[in-house]
Amino acid sequence: MNLTFKNKEITGILTVLPSKEVRFEDEMENYPFSVETSLKLKTIMGFEKRRIVEDGVCASDLCIFGLSYLFDNKLLNKEDIDALILVTQTPDYIVPPTSNVIQGRFGLKEDMICMDINQGCTGFVLGLMQAFLLLDQESIHKVVLMNADVLSRKVSRKDRNSNPLIGDGASITIVERSEINNMIYANIKMDGKRAFAIHIPAGGARKPSCPETAIVEMDDIGNMRSQDNLVMKGDEVFMFAQKDVPPMIVSLLDFSNQTKDMVDYFMFHQPNKFMLNKLADKLGIPRDKMPSNVVENLGNSSGVSIPISMTYNLGNRLINERLNLCLAGFGAGLNWASMILEVGNLNFNGMIFF
Amino acid sequence: MKNLKEEVLKTLNDILPEHDFTLDVNFIKEGMIDSFDLVLLVSELDKKFGISIDGENIVPENFSSLNQMVELLINNGAGK
Repeated sequence: MNLTFKNKEITGILTVLPSKEVRFEDEMENYPFSVETSLKLKTIMGFEKRRIVEDGVCASDLCIFGLSYLFDNKLLNKEDIDALILVTQTPDYIVPPTSNVIQGRFGLKEDMICMDINQGCTGFVLGLMQAFLLLDQESIHKVVLMNADVLSRKVSRKDRNSNPLIGDGASITIVERSEINNMIYANIKMDGKRAFAIHIPAGGARKPSCPETAIVEMDDIGNMRSQDNLVMKGDEVFMFAQKDVPPMIVSLLDFSNQTKDMVDYFMFHQPNKFMLNKLADKLGIPRDKMPSNVVENLGNSSGVSIPISMTYNLGNRLINERLNLCLAGFGAGLNWASMILEVGNLNFNGMIFF
Repeated sequence: MKNLKEEVLKTLNDILPEHDFTLDVNFIKEGMIDSFDLVLLVSELDKKFGISIDGENIVPENFSSLNQMVELLINNGAGK
């Protein structure tokens, strides 16, 4: 599905990363690889280090920490927030929405919209789409889009498919109407037939968590996990990304009447380095225009990986200049979405540590 | 063709010395190569032949025998 948005823009991005850093080399013994194989995979897949929360830290804690920083530093006024969107797969509670919890924590005005969206790696692009749609309302001038996940709490330490890569984090993106007469192009696709390629079997109403769902078992390739843990079918997800993402980007470039050379950076979700390099090669995009260093140094934090990449890799550049970016997220759902937009002259674009 | 096969065999022996890849068996069905081995293998073959094997071709059936791997390499521009 192709979408266009007019006269909207990102005006600031703050990412919040956990202070706790875990190094792959300290965890290698959890996985059934030889040391030599592990070290080779480290380079190829980007198993280097990642940031994860301490036990008990929730998505809202990261968001509240980030919002407090913005309020304290007068980068955002509480009373200016007309909508608070939280995209997360790890809400604090099933009920109430975590966005309401955050609203209440700061005593934000009642005359606003709070909205939780359950999305994973597509979450930043989809969240921006939702923010742009809200901004078409006359009474909505400023949307605060929060992407936050603490998926490390749902991943088994002995799951080699997910654990070496998973990271936690949050981002706060301010989205407003633009005075620049700009055009934003996007597309999104979803395929629920492949919904269980990435899933957590227990913990919802279908299969509530109980002592039985916490029993750790070995799968057919030696991963140890329980039904309360995230399951990612690596082969299926890899093939999905290689098969469905490139045509989406080609189609988006065509829809926006742009060429690859007109895009300054392809800021893609970062599942692992190998997958991203293969995508770049297939699309004929120089690897340095598609950063893959976030997963390597900070971990794959699902829907937060794109804004983290924007702050980590483009930092002050997005404050001092405007860049034409192609964003792409792909993952749980299975969903895949992309967007071409100009981003720049931001009021802030930085990282802080929780 | 012969050189490609020899190079593939050498790469396999380097990565997975515990298996005999001269055997006429299906390497995948026999459990000799798993998905992480594929990542290592593709990465080595890309480097060795100066190519980038198309991600869509990284499926187990293309790595089930030496001949399949040679065909995969040729289809991805090796030996040109």
